[in-house]
Amino acid sequence: MGLQAIFFYLFAFVAVASAFMVISAKNPVHSVLFLILVFFNSAGLFLLTGAEFLAMILLVVYIGAVAVLFLFVVMMLDIDFAELRSGVLQYAPIGILIGLIVAAELVVVIGGSVLTPGAAKAITMPIPNPATRTNTAALGDVLYTNYVYFFQIAGLVLLVAMIGAIVLTLRHRTNIKRQDVSRQVARTPETAVEVVKVKPGQGV
Amino acid sequence: MDSFFSIYVWPGIIMVAQSLLLLVCLLVFIAYILLADRKIWAAVQLRRGPNVVGPFGLFQSFADLLKFVFKEPVIPAGANKGVFLLAPLVAVTLALATWAVIPLADSWVIANINVGILYVFAISSLEVYGIIMGGWASNSKYPFLGALRSAAQMVSYEVSIGFVIVTVLLCVGSLNLTDIVNAQHDGLGTMMGLPASFLDWHWLALFPMFVVFFISALAETNRPPFDLPEAESELVAGFMVEYGSTPYMMFMLGEYAAICLMCALTTILFLGGWLPPVDIAILNWVPGIIWFVLKAGFVFFMFAMVKAFVPRYRYDQLMRLGWKIFLPLSLAMVVITAFVLKLMGWA
Repeated sequence: MGLQAIFFYLFAFVAVASAFMVISAKNPVHSVLFLILVFFNSAGLFLLTGAEFLAMILLVVYIGAVAVLFLFVVMMLDIDFAELRSGVLQYAPIGILIGLIVAAELVVVIGGSVLTPGAAKAITMPIPNPATRTNTAALGDVLYTNYVYFFQIAGLVLLVAMIGAIVLTLRHRTNIKRQDVSRQVARTPETAVEVVKVKPGQGV
Repeated sequence: MDSFFSIYVWPGIIMVAQSLLLLVCLLVFIAYILLADRKIWAAVQLRRGPNVVGPFGLFQSFADLLKFVFKEPVIPAGANKGVFLLAPLVAVTLALATWAVIPLADSWVIANINVGILYVFAISSLEVYGIIMGGWASNSKYPFLGALRSAAQMVSYEVSIGFVIVTVLLCVGSLNLTDIVNAQHDGLGTMMGLPASFLDWHWLALFPMFVVFFISALAETNRPPFDLPEAESELVAGFMVEYGSTPYMMFMLGEYAAICLMCALTTILFLGGWLPPVDIAILNWVPGIIWFVLKAGFVFFMFAMVKAFVPRYRYDQLMRLGWKIFLPLSLAMVVITAFVLKLMGWA
């Protein structure tokens, strides 16, 4: 257990410290980079609990895709952070409220599992032995059988969000020239070139 | 105390030694891959290529290494110093970290983890950060444009690489890289009654995916014809403009480590890893690592030939290829493969 504990404290400490840096860093790009560090260490914590699939998906989805787009946007925008920060007290009540709700939920979840350890096992599938059934397969067993409708609905929600984003940003501009590959390929010398015999001394 | 030694210290020493051995071999291999790249490129253009340092220019890469290391690193005054120096470190560390799970021969792997292919996919999707950070921290126009291009490019082609990997996983039924290679012992060839041979490997059964993966690997590693992040005719050298000496060398090292990784991954996913081309006694005596290196070298030769032959893509063409052709094609192949496997009862 010794080594695991050392790694747990390492990941946890770096995660918490860089989470603090996310909100305290002056430069927004630094904030995003620290956020990426938080994700990375959370993936490490997942690995320590044996949830290898979740750890890798966290890396692929959050760091490999979401954070890239985030960084992309933050780098492109010229945000004046001093101005943004001036209104921070205005939003403080909402922030504190959300923080309290999340904290209360954490207390309920953790307290519940501490007080009655059997309760969590009663409502979920039995956890298969990791030696015989790998993480990925065990998740698939549950996700594509008992929860297949929820899974599909989650997919549909994402699809709707994607279509919404496209609809909001799509502009049809009329007078721009676009490349049409099929038309380019279909061009032959006959349709592309006109051969004109010009007699000397006369124009075309 | 005795158990402490046997549980932590001894395995730790073995793991460090294995990692060091792999890293040293990999770096020497990269040095010669670089030379081979330049030699192949030269041969296509009827030049000689590097031929001065050592016999046939064999020590050219090491001479380049010394040159880079002994130059003065220049950091632009307007650069964000920390991120500027972190970027090449991130690039090279991530590119080398992926090699921990690559099986070079039967049970020759440092970390034989269950989600090996996901690990490779995850870490190689992080490689874009080295480029974005470098481009942003340079605080200059061309590097920034190069970084933006590469962010979009690498994210786009990751999607199709992901679907190609899913197709292979459907056929194998495991995310472990060793299992993926072992599953290629029997396939199309053995179904037709032939002995185990190169016809069983996935390249034949999943040929469209093999092509998509190869081209996406070119785009993912910013190799020509998709080297738009550093297109020298438009962006000077893209995200690397402000870099010199050792940081520049680390970017190059990261790039070539990523290229070698893609060659190794193609070998594992489609070319049967360390399996001999035909399952007969003489070829089985040859150690698996030799087959692996030969196959990966062949894939790299293809990479180098593409670099020499194909003119650079325009940026909108690159995006069109990724999103409008490869994505639907690979998505369709995932569905078709799943259907075939289910209908034939092979899954």
